[in-house]
Amino acid sequence: VGRRVLITGLDTFWGGRMALALESDPEFEMILGMATRDPSVALERTDFVHADQTYSIVSRIVRATRPDTIVHTFLVTDSTKVSGRALHEINVIGTMNMLAAAGQAGSPVRQVVVKSSTLVYGASSTDPAWFSEEATRAGRPSTRVERSLVEVEELVRDFAEDNPSTVVSLLRFANVLGTDIVTPISTNLSHPFCPSIAGFDPLLQFVEEDDVVRALEHVTRRRIPGIYNVAGSGKLPWSEIADLCGTRLLPLPPVSTAIAAAPLIRARLIEFPPEIRALLRFGRGVDTSRIASTGFEHRYTTAGAVDSFIRAVRLRRSVGRAPASYTYEHEVEQFFRRSPSAIRPVQS
Amino acid sequence: MAPTRTALQLEHRAALVPLPGIEQGMDRAPRLQDVDEWGRSERARKIARRLYSPIYKNWFRVTWEGLEKIPEKGGALLVCNHAAAIPSDAPVIMHGIEEELGRPVYGMADFFFRTVPWVGTLWSRTGGVPAHPDNALRLLHDQGQLALVFPEGTKGPSKTYKDKYQLRRFGRGGFVEIAMRAGVPVIPIVCIGAEESMPIVFRLPSIAKALGVPYMPVTANMLMLGPLGIVGYFPSKFKLRVLDPVTFDVPSGQERYSKSRIMDEAEGIRAHMQETIYEMLRERRSVWFG
Repeated sequence: VGRRVLITGLDTFWGGRMALALESDPEFEMILGMATRDPSVALERTDFVHADQTYSIVSRIVRATRPDTIVHTFLVTDSTKVSGRALHEINVIGTMNMLAAAGQAGSPVRQVVVKSSTLVYGASSTDPAWFSEEATRAGRPSTRVERSLVEVEELVRDFAEDNPSTVVSLLRFANVLGTDIVTPISTNLSHPFCPSIAGFDPLLQFVEEDDVVRALEHVTRRRIPGIYNVAGSGKLPWSEIADLCGTRLLPLPPVSTAIAAAPLIRARLIEFPPEIRALLRFGRGVDTSRIASTGFEHRYTTAGAVDSFIRAVRLRRSVGRAPASYTYEHEVEQFFRRSPSAIRPVQS
Repeated sequence: MAPTRTALQLEHRAALVPLPGIEQGMDRAPRLQDVDEWGRSERARKIARRLYSPIYKNWFRVTWEGLEKIPEKGGALLVCNHAAAIPSDAPVIMHGIEEELGRPVYGMADFFFRTVPWVGTLWSRTGGVPAHPDNALRLLHDQGQLALVFPEGTKGPSKTYKDKYQLRRFGRGGFVEIAMRAGVPVIPIVCIGAEESMPIVFRLPSIAKALGVPYMPVTANMLMLGPLGIVGYFPSKFKLRVLDPVTFDVPSGQERYSKSRIMDEAEGIRAHMQETIYEMLRERRSVWFG
């Protein structure tokens, strides 16, 4: 029997990418996306339902469509995009509702895949050079994003304990760089100046955006349970990354860093959200031998991810910003999926 | 869906590689610096060695005994006694082994270094690694490197001059456990001369607390040389002796080892080192000339 997948956050970068990746495989008989806005990628056969941020109707959707797998990509890891309240609603309450739906009596859900982040490890002076999945963070999370993600992981852990027959896969991704994704770090690196903290040159680790999708696909396809770090091998000093990207470091003072950064953030010269402040001081690395042991191979190293990013930036600079051409049109998409006139491949 | 890189692209990328001799990842992405995953840069080390060489040769006049006991390849955990307000023993050992054996030494030290701007970065680029058990295990077992630790921790350099050459407690014996888990020998090194290079007359604990530093020393160097004494060492003669490697007859890779065994081994190594210190001090005629 084919698999039926429910993807949360279809309108987000990762939800859309994940649906695209699964569509080409007939083994996935149903792909259903939930999102608050229209999808931003052209999807052939993925079904789509509008839902509010907290998924209050997710239980109904699960009962009605009977997915065997939920891929939870709707987790915000960038605090510059949403308000603090929305962040909590999306990450914590959203996950809670999703897990409640997956764990309801008679639930058809056999696997839950959660896209978390290495932000849960934090960044501090007492960190090991490489975090293993078992490692605990040095102190209590001090930023909103980290706090909410730690809470999300606790919910997921409880769910896994209460539902031993459900495969729970939790992937922690390092900071992402790639051809399309926009993050505070990628924005900084594509500006003429990017922030650094004077006297510190931390070693950072990145994962390329294709590897993120491939890893999600990998654990979904093979129903691999457990917690896994996903990150390109190796670490690069921030100064070298800036050099590779052709941007100049703008050193902020090591004390009162946030105060000094505030006017620059306001002037939109730099992005400097709380979750990258400690990172630009102490860096972070995660050990990826566990996901490698499941047969997953990263296509990109950290240096490769930086290279992939800067090549895309160079191309955009030369030809102008690549047009984000796709606009979701509800009637058109419904026509292709529902109309008796449209000939659809027969689902086996 | 995501197109894989074509051979042509890969070739093109290889042609972009600007500097020879820099480790390339599997995707052959270009790099500009030679900083490794620990933050150590061989280029930075080379500069550091060039600058440090006159101090090593002409100021401390370092001599070694038993350097051949340090293996030319494979992991080994070097342990040494620790002294002087700003420890002078770590750079001497790292410099000496790198010059003589031509292999890198990673000096493991307190996390505190990482929090100090510039100092922390410089320390990391010249081979310093935070003393975390996971770091030590990866260096020794996975990468077969030499790691240098000071089991006394900050208790060694923070002791005042009246306690000179009296080994402090060897932590909780963690270094033995790491060596057991990594399956590498412990090679004790005894260093004579560091104690007199920057002796502490007294400490200011309240100032240390206020500044958030592990200890705040007032050294003889400061009292005699003024501000220059903050970083200026006395030219004591350095003598180092490498003791026989200690191996443990236990399987590597275990999560836990017998605590009593660990404490016994650590205490055995400590006793041997303390005895050797006394032995070398008996032979020493002068602090300045050896």
